[in-house]
This record gives sequence, structure tokens and C-alpha cells, in this order.
Amino acid sequence: MAWYIGRRLLQMVPVFLGATLLIYAMVFALPGDPVLALGGDRGLNPAVAEQIRAEFNLDKPFIVQYLLYLQGILTFDFGTTFSGRSVRDVMAEAFPVTFQLAVMALVFEAVLGVAAGLVAGLRKGRLFDATVLLVSLVVIAVPTFVIGFVLQFALGVQWRLLPPTVGGDVSFRTLLMPALVLGAVSLAYVLRLTRTSVAENLSADFVRTATAKGLSRPRVVTVHVLRNSLIPVITFLGADLGTLMGGAIVTEGIFNINGVGGTLYRAIQQGQAPTVVSLTTVLVVVYIVANLFVDLLYAALDPRIRYA
Amino acid sequence: MKIRRITGFAASVAVGALALTACSGGEPAATESSAEGGGGGASTGIVTVNGTEPQNPLVPTNTNEVGGGKILDLVFAGLVYYDAEGAPHNEVAESIETEDAQNYTITLKEGWTFTNGEPVTAQSFVDAWNYGALLSNEQLSSYFFSEIEGYSDETDSELTGLEVVDDQTFTVALSAPKADFPLQLGYSAYFPLPEAAFEDMDAFGENPIGNGPYKLAEGGWEHNVQAELVPNEEYEGDRAAQNGGITVKFYETLDAAYNDLLAEQLDVIDEIPDSAFTTFEADLGDRAVNMPSAIFQSFTIHQNEAHFSGEEGVLRRQAISRAINREEITETIFQGTRTPASDFTSPVIAGWSDEVEGSEVLEYDEAEAKDLWAQADAISPWEGTFTLAYNTDGGHQAWVDATTNSIKNTLGIEAQGKPYALFADLRTEVTNRTITGAFRTGWQADYPGLYNFLAPIYATNAGSNDGDYSNPEFDQLLQEGASAGSVEEANEKFLQAQEILFQDLPAIPLWYSNATGGSAQTVDNVEFGWNSVPLLHQVTKS
Repeated sequence: MAWYIGRRLLQMVPVFLGATLLIYAMVFALPGDPVLALGGDRGLNPAVAEQIRAEFNLDKPFIVQYLLYLQGILTFDFGTTFSGRSVRDVMAEAFPVTFQLAVMALVFEAVLGVAAGLVAGLRKGRLFDATVLLVSLVVIAVPTFVIGFVLQFALGVQWRLLPPTVGGDVSFRTLLMPALVLGAVSLAYVLRLTRTSVAENLSADFVRTATAKGLSRPRVVTVHVLRNSLIPVITFLGADLGTLMGGAIVTEGIFNINGVGGTLYRAIQQGQAPTVVSLTTVLVVVYIVANLFVDLLYAALDPRIRYA
Repeated sequence: MKIRRITGFAASVAVGALALTACSGGEPAATESSAEGGGGGASTGIVTVNGTEPQNPLVPTNTNEVGGGKILDLVFAGLVYYDAEGAPHNEVAESIETEDAQNYTITLKEGWTFTNGEPVTAQSFVDAWNYGALLSNEQLSSYFFSEIEGYSDETDSELTGLEVVDDQTFTVALSAPKADFPLQLGYSAYFPLPEAAFEDMDAFGENPIGNGPYKLAEGGWEHNVQAELVPNEEYEGDRAAQNGGITVKFYETLDAAYNDLLAEQLDVIDEIPDSAFTTFEADLGDRAVNMPSAIFQSFTIHQNEAHFSGEEGVLRRQAISRAINREEITETIFQGTRTPASDFTSPVIAGWSDEVEGSEVLEYDEAEAKDLWAQADAISPWEGTFTLAYNTDGGHQAWVDATTNSIKNTLGIEAQGKPYALFADLRTEVTNRTITGAFRTGWQADYPGLYNFLAPIYATNAGSNDGDYSNPEFDQLLQEGASAGSVEEANEKFLQAQEILFQDLPAIPLWYSNATGGSAQTVDNVEFGWNSVPLLHQVTKS
């Protein structure tokens, strides 16, 4: 087990190098000179622009820029933004908020999705099942920003039940609505996955055996049906954590959350390679770790799976 | 996600560019708190307003965008400030005097201090300006000092035109006469700096020490979240705080800010999101603001562009201008939040006129457009597609499509927008002169003068002359205006200069952006300045 985890962690090194190189190259390939954009429509004094380029190594060839960036990372210096702030500080502000949001969304979709999916799966073809399927279909079909705007306007502006935006006040109360919106689509998927999986396992041999052994219905459902049905769901949730963290741009914009999505968007617009690469790399690491965690969970859920 | 990428802020209608004596001494705005001598005025509530994270450290000479400018204008006091009508009034200056429009003597009022206790002296201004102008300091607004003797944009060079006479007096020698120089001194690049700033400019940029009506609260700048300003009790000028403080909340999107306003989580908004253009006047009633501002929008066609130079070019430029239905586009695309242009400046600037000779070229006239285009075709037949380049990250697509459609339908030629993904991309092509076809250009005034809309853009070799326009007659009139003896005389010359622009059309004027905004019922006394920024110090909230 330890050997397995060690090997998986070691695999992160090439992934890390590859990801940073690739992303750095992509930001480098962005059209236009980011320094010129600093001057707005008015433009910049050419000599000043030249100096700023030199200061941020933008006048050097791509590979030199990349190596300088890597060298910085070894000493935990992730570079600076054009406004002179250290990228480490920017990340330290953005990640906790986004992480909180993503975890809230994840808990919401996991708890509600599995519960509703289980009930629907057990009562396949009945009214509850049909309703849940229809509602989840609608949620999947409607774009996130529509759900976001409608909820924000109804709950935040019209009825004033929840604050319409988050801003500087990051708390459970303010993040509740964004987390619901962010988790809504995934919730629909989790629900459908659980439902299908449960419905399928209900007619599996081992369930019939368990029932034949005389086990109570609740025990059959929780220990035998649900536990085995969770494997695809866990796989989805593990991958989803990464998506929720990196893909919350729309939700963060609607609810004015100072998170990774917005920071990344601004950095891409401004061509700030160190910020973009550092943020994305952390996201890649989160993704890898989440997937490792999921793989380990498999073993816990299914005794047939063992890692050596 | 809209970042207003326009430089400059400024003030309103310039009443007295040359009438220096009129603004010396400054008339105290009749506020209750000026009697109390400074902060903590009529109300105690903390006013919230929307904003964006400053793109640069809060150093006056390094701030060239609205997000940082809004904060700096509250934290610092310059030589002059601009009132709601845009008239300049002396703030720190006691008087600004000149006899030849080239050599100025500036006297300061006594008793001003920075919030760290340092006195505001002539040296505070001279050091700050020298810092801003020095090339190796990489200040984004360095060009604001280019008119002062000694400035160089090639090597590090001291501003030899600045001389400290005594603690309260310094003199400024310009390299050429400029009658409206005092008018521009309210712009943030000309703010003074305390000695403490030069010891550690990085720390200063995080936590600026100013002399304005407000100061940054302890750790008040929470990055990407908000900036908290508290009244400066020492402030003794006319802009004393009438509220218990101002919090500038940073928003990623204007839509979020607007919803906060509707939910009374935000008191003042100074820009309405596109999505609310049709509804905001109904939503906010008499708390809605929609008036022309000092932002001029146009598109430029380079002087050497094929078919657009010489006699043929002039005919084609005029035909294109005639083929754009500005009324219809501002109504349908912008829901009346833009005002069709009738000159090259802005209606909020003193001396503006919509009756400059030749300005009828901005009126939509299908027959005339076709006729002019045919005359140009007789010189050299047109082929190909007329393109209008824009950046897609700034919300320009709708009006570009409408404009090219208008040209296409009127002239019967192929016309279409040419999108660039990023502002940087468009800017690079424009700067390197590799761009082809027309490209969008815009100008937000730094200070309220006609000259500021003309010289930086259309004078020969000017810094923002992206179309490389050059007309000696135009240059001559600009120069005569700059060194004229009175404002009226100067503005007369600037209007004549515009007649030449209407003939040559180096850029095709489109419309003026309106200042759009509003306030919640939680606050009173909301008034917008000429630069589309509300005069926040006078907003009251109980």
C-alpha cells in the first residue's frame, strides 16, 4: 500500500513538469504584447515598456523564461504579477475561498445526490423516480449561469433571503447559494449515476443471496446495494473536485467571489504567465491527489480490489 | 467581465483654464463640515461603492486606470480639484500664476499635512513629479511630465524646469507655452508625495500616505475584495467627508454589483451593466444617472491604408462616416446610453460646440454616402472588404457588427468586424502599425480641456497618434490655441482645428459614452463628476 502511494506520488513529478511547460508555452503563445496593454488606449512610453519587459523577463526567449520560472519555484518563489504582488500571496487569497466553495458544493451534491438517487433506484418507475429524473434532466439542460442569475435575483434581490453576492464576507451563509448553483449540475449526474447503479445491483446475485440469507432489508440496501453502487459515483466525485475548483469561473463571476476562477481569468486576459501557470499547476496537483484518494477508496468499498 | 481599459480620470467643464486668478483662493464648497475643519461630517454611515482591484500599486504616477484612480482621488489632494460642474478650484494651491503661459509660479496654502504628520511643501510636489518622470522608475504615467523642461523619454533626466523657491513656493518652466497647464493639475499624476514614500515605494504603494479627505484604514486594501477608507481628520480642504467612510467593493462583473445595489448591499454604482440598460431607469427612478461624459469613441483608419490616402481617401472616409446611422445604433445597441458624436471632443468640456463647420459629415445620409463613394471609385475602383478591428474582451462586438452592417447596407460593399481575442493583441498590432483596415479607438480625457482630446491623438508624431495623421495647418492651430491669451481665444483655435479634422477624418467619430449609474435609497447627495466618477466625499448616509 505504502509502496503504491509512493509510486503514485512520484508520478506527479513528470506530470508537474509537463503541465507547467505546456501551460507556460500556451500563455507565451497568446497573441499580443501584455506590456502594451498596460498603457490602455493611450499607449505606453516605449522606453518604459522596454524596461518593464526586461523586469519581467518578457524580452527573453521562451525556454529561458520557463527555466527562470522553474528556478523560482524551487525556492517557493512563484513570480510576481505586473502589479508587483507575489503570486504566492495571490494564490493564498484565492485558494481557500475556492476550496471552501468546492467542498460545500461537493458535500451538497454527494449527500443529496446519493440519497435521492438511492430512493429513486429502489423505487424505479414510480412517481418519485420519474419526477427526479425529469428535474435532473432540466438542471443538466439549463446552463449554470441561468440557474445562477435566476437564484440570485429571486433569493437575493426579490425576497432577500440570502445575500446576492459574497465579496469580502466569506461565510457559510454567503457561500450557500453559490455552492448550490455550482453543485447543481453535478448533483444531477450523481443522482442519475446512483439511481442506475442501485437499480442494477438490486437484481445482482449477491443481493439475492443476501436477501435469501435472511438479512433485513435496510442491511441489504445499505451494506450490499449501496456500497457496491458507490464505486462509479466516487469516481465521478473525485474528478469533480478538480472541475469544481478550476471551473467555477462563471459561478464566481456571478456571485463576486474572489477565487481561483476569476483570478485565472484576469491573469489570462493580462498575459501574466507566472500567475496562470502557478494556479493551474496547483489545480493539476489537486486533481491528481483527488484521484489517488479515489483509487484508495475503491479498495475500501470493494474487497476484491487490493493495491500492492 | 469588463475592465475599463481607458487611461485617465479628470474633472469637469473647465471654466477657467487661463483665468488663474479666478480659481486662486478657491471657493469653499458650502459644506457644514468645512466649519468643523475636516473629517466626520454630516452623516456617519459608511458608503459603499463599486470598483475594481487597482491594477498597479497605489502610487499616483503609476496609476493609469479607473480602479486605482477612484481610490487615489479620495486619498490625495492635488494643487486643484474639480467640482461637480467640472470647474477647477484650488485645493493645496494658494495661487497658480503666469505671464507667458510657459513659466508658472505655484504658491501653496499653509498648514497642509500628510496623514503621517509630514507637512505638504513645495518639495513634496517637486520630488513626486521628478519621481514620476524618471525613466528608470517605470511609471506608467510618466508622459504627463513631458511638457516640463528637462523631461526625456530616452534617458534618466531631472526635470530642470522645476525649482523650489521656498517651502510654500515652486516654479515650473514648460518647454513650450501651454495655457491650460493649470487645468490639468487636478489629475492624479500630479499629486504630492511625502518623504516616507521614497524610502520604500513598494510599501507605500500598498498603503499610501496622502493628504486627501480620506485615508486608507489600517490594512484597508484587501486585495481583490475591497478598499476601506476612513475620513482624514486633518484634512482642511473643500472636499471634507460628509460620511463616516467609504468602502470601495471590488466586483468581477458589473451584473453582480448591480444586483447588490438592488438588494441594498451596495449604495452607489458608477457604471450600469449592459444587461440592465433597458431596465435601470425604471428600476432606480430618479436615482438613475445617464448623461454624456468625457469619453469619446471612434475608429481610426491609418493614413497609408490602401484606398484611404490622398484625395480618394478623403472621399472614402467621408462616405463611410455618412454611411453610419449613429442615432439608430446608439438607440438599439446601447439603449440610449451613448450619445451620437457631433465633434472630436465631448459635450461636458467647456468650449464644446456641435456646430463646427464640416460636422454634418457625421449625419447619416445614404444618398450623399453613395455619391462620395462613387466619386472615390472614379479615382481608383474599390475592391475587397472593409474591416473594423476590435478586441472581444471589451464588449465591442455588438456595435461593431451594427456599424459594419450600416456601412455594408448603405454603400453596397462588403464590410465586417475583425475580432482580436485580447486587448493586448489589438494594441500590439496597432503599435507596430501592422494592423490593416479600420480599428476601434477611444479616448477618456485626463483633464477637462478641448486640447486634451486633440493634441495627444492628432498632432504630428503625438504619442497616441495611431493613424500617423499629420497636417501642418492643424498643428499650427493647436499651437496657437495652446499659447493663446484667453480661454475663449484658445477654444476658438481648437474649434478651427477641428474643422480640418472634419475635412480629413483621421478618425471617424462615433459617439460619446454616457456616465451611467445610480444609488440605493440608503444614501443621499449622490452627484456624478465630469469624469463619470461620483463625488463620493459628499454622499451622506445615516
